[in-house]
Amino acid sequence: MWPSGGIIDTAMPDYFGLTEYFTKVLHGKSYGGQTDLARYDTYYYQEEAAMIMMEDICKSYHVAKRTGGFKEACRTLFHREYETIRALDHVSFTIEDGEMVGYIGPNGAGKSSTIKILSGILTPEEGTCTVDGKVPWKDRVSYVKDIGVVFGQRTQLWWDVPVIDSYELLKDIYKIPKETYHNHLEELVSLLNLGELLKTPARQLSLGQRMRCEIAASLLHGPKLLFLDEPTIGLDAVSKLAVREFILRQNRDHGTTVILTTHDMQDIEALTHRIILIGKGRVLMDGNLNQIKRGTGSIDETVAELYRSYEIAEVGS
Amino acid sequence: MKKYLSFFRLRFLMNLQYRTAAWAGIATQFVWGGLEIAVFGAFYKTQPEQFPMTFQATVNYIWLQQAFLALFAAWILENEIFESIRDGNIAYEMCRPLHIYPMLFARGLAVRVSRAVLRCFPVLLFAVVLPGPYGVSAPESAEALCLFFITMILGALVTVAFGTLIYVSAFFTISAQGLRLMVTCVMDFFNGAIIPLPFFPDKVRAVMELLPFAAMQNVPLRVYSGDLAGREALRAATLQIFWLFVLAGAGQLLMKRAEQKVRIQGG
Amino acid sequence: MRDAVKLYGRYVSIHVKSLMQYKVSFLLMAIAQFMVSFNVFLGVFFMFQRFSAVGEFTYSQVVLCFSIFLMEFSLAECVGRGFDVFSTMVRKGEFDRVLVRPRGLILQVLGSRFELTRIGRMIQALVMFVYGIRGSGIVWNGPKIMTVVFMLIGGTVLFFGIFLVGAALCFFTLEGLEIMNIFTDGAREYGKYPMGVYGKRVIQLCTFIIPYALVQYYPLLYLLDKRREPWLAVLPLLAALFLIPSYGFWRFGVRRYQSAGS
Repeated sequence: MWPSGGIIDTAMPDYFGLTEYFTKVLHGKSYGGQTDLARYDTYYYQEEAAMIMMEDICKSYHVAKRTGGFKEACRTLFHREYETIRALDHVSFTIEDGEMVGYIGPNGAGKSSTIKILSGILTPEEGTCTVDGKVPWKDRVSYVKDIGVVFGQRTQLWWDVPVIDSYELLKDIYKIPKETYHNHLEELVSLLNLGELLKTPARQLSLGQRMRCEIAASLLHGPKLLFLDEPTIGLDAVSKLAVREFILRQNRDHGTTVILTTHDMQDIEALTHRIILIGKGRVLMDGNLNQIKRGTGSIDETVAELYRSYEIAEVGS
Repeated sequence: MKKYLSFFRLRFLMNLQYRTAAWAGIATQFVWGGLEIAVFGAFYKTQPEQFPMTFQATVNYIWLQQAFLALFAAWILENEIFESIRDGNIAYEMCRPLHIYPMLFARGLAVRVSRAVLRCFPVLLFAVVLPGPYGVSAPESAEALCLFFITMILGALVTVAFGTLIYVSAFFTISAQGLRLMVTCVMDFFNGAIIPLPFFPDKVRAVMELLPFAAMQNVPLRVYSGDLAGREALRAATLQIFWLFVLAGAGQLLMKRAEQKVRIQGG
Repeated sequence: MRDAVKLYGRYVSIHVKSLMQYKVSFLLMAIAQFMVSFNVFLGVFFMFQRFSAVGEFTYSQVVLCFSIFLMEFSLAECVGRGFDVFSTMVRKGEFDRVLVRPRGLILQVLGSRFELTRIGRMIQALVMFVYGIRGSGIVWNGPKIMTVVFMLIGGTVLFFGIFLVGAALCFFTLEGLEIMNIFTDGAREYGKYPMGVYGKRVIQLCTFIIPYALVQYYPLLYLLDKRREPWLAVLPLLAALFLIPSYGFWRFGVRRYQSAGS
């Protein structure tokens, strides 16, 4: 488990006056300045066989330059320039079994690339990564059996048929034994209050109802690891609370490891102790939210301050 | 007027961005033109005496059809517009200082013209260098060329007017996709996209030539080689103008009713 | 394998259920789909009002040829539609979802669509088939029946292979896909006439590059007694081997997707 009171800050200057929190430095080797303590920690975590170990992961994309002007556009008809964008630049972190981690950063910071790598969709160029002892991008089928993914903005429910039909399909896809399926379903239905919803076609559900059904769909097979990509986006206050409460419970009762990406800082505040801040493809901060809070500022203000201090904010300050 | 012109600028820019799509489209048109000519060539070799127009005129018809496909093809309709009609987002357009009918018309024309300008030259160039009867020949006369351009503009306008009418009808139908496909089929059949109108039996053809569909690509593509010339050509051009006014008028009227419907029922 | 069949059955049942929600719209789409190919037929019909033959083929022989080809295409489209419209799947990020599920990619993409609206075309193909048979004077026997069966199998598999190639292409370009129309819609459109009509070079391309002629022209010659070599009847099965390189290309595309992202 994550030691309490630890904040790991690899790149930040002593901005918040947090020197006292530098109790641990993970993967010191990427950034030099190794301490004995850091070496000890790396060793320590490996021995614990963490749920997720990501080390020096790099990923870049080739993107065609799109230009504005008319003349420029004509020229690109015959010749197009490409640029390389470094989406992930030596990203390293470790997440323990049963931990709940908020993965935050502005748009385009590299969050979704990380999630894609962790869920086996994308293969990185450099670096190593093991999740539950397996390499995500090797042997896809056997790896993805044990993970669940909720893409907040895309639905996995079939639009025109009752939700239960989508679940039955998932049962076949994951080859969930009958009994396990019924147990899981029963529990999810009661915790997420899905009762009536199961018979409703997904297209008739409200956003909040749909998100609850979505989350249940990702947990039917009882994954050890759950990725939640913006699970509360667009939800009303009641639904948000219900979703948060459920996630907490799932983590507490089943020890499901949860990685949460979100722009809603209240999600983070309610759910996670640890946050990993990523910006421009680098892990900028890895630590406990409470400790970066200064005075009475709201959590949004705190995070905005953080973004600005790292110069990763999209809007100039 | 200026605000409607901006749709053209936007379209041109967009199409220029998608250069791969343009090249892929051009390649497709080469192949389709080639195969089409091969079919007519095979019929010609089997029974040349049954050919209703000269073989060269047929070949010209096919290549010009491919080169200016974007101007006349029935299927060039924007899904985006159908979508916005279906989900009621079109109502937002009504908040802007634009009239919906001219806007739809301008968008329809912009899509077609921008595509055609980008794609016609490679196809034409290719068709011109092709040898013998399989390539495009010079136009019948300077007059024919002149009339070709005029009737081409008219034909494109009629096509757009008809397309806009389809958009407007989508306000009143349940399945815009079904409607779209069906109308496209009817249009393809009657406008000479499947086979040129002269190849139909005379009685059928006499009726077809009066329909608005004959006022689209049929006229310019035949005028070019002199298959349609003199008084007949003038009559065809007059019919084009007639249908342009009728279709545009019908579209405007229907649009007024659609706007009322949207105002009252909210889409 | 049994699991896979069961899962596919589940997919199909969901599609049928969804469809029942939109009966009118389904009917309209089926009719519209029918009209698209009926238009092509009308083109043939009116050409033969003027001409009595094209090359060595009469009207009913052309109709027969067209009917078999259309049936193959519609079958492949009905089942393999998920690959035909794969670009939407990639664009919308639905393929990521497929990747995080512990089942075969092909099975999942197959299951993502089931295009029953093609029923209109199949009916048309059947009607034309009956009509074509009646006029083309085929003396039926075992080998001839088998030829038709082989044509249907080989052609459907071939079209499926082409859809697979088109889908794999989505991993490289989403804009350039229009080129695939040549091989799908173009084939459906121009496959109405026996390929011999298009000349020697087209035949060569359609024999060695994309083996349309193996499922259409050569077995047709055998069927119509224009040539008697029995191996012509088995050529469609050879064409099914096209699936091997298509599958290879698909795998290659998937790997690229996983390394380059979208």
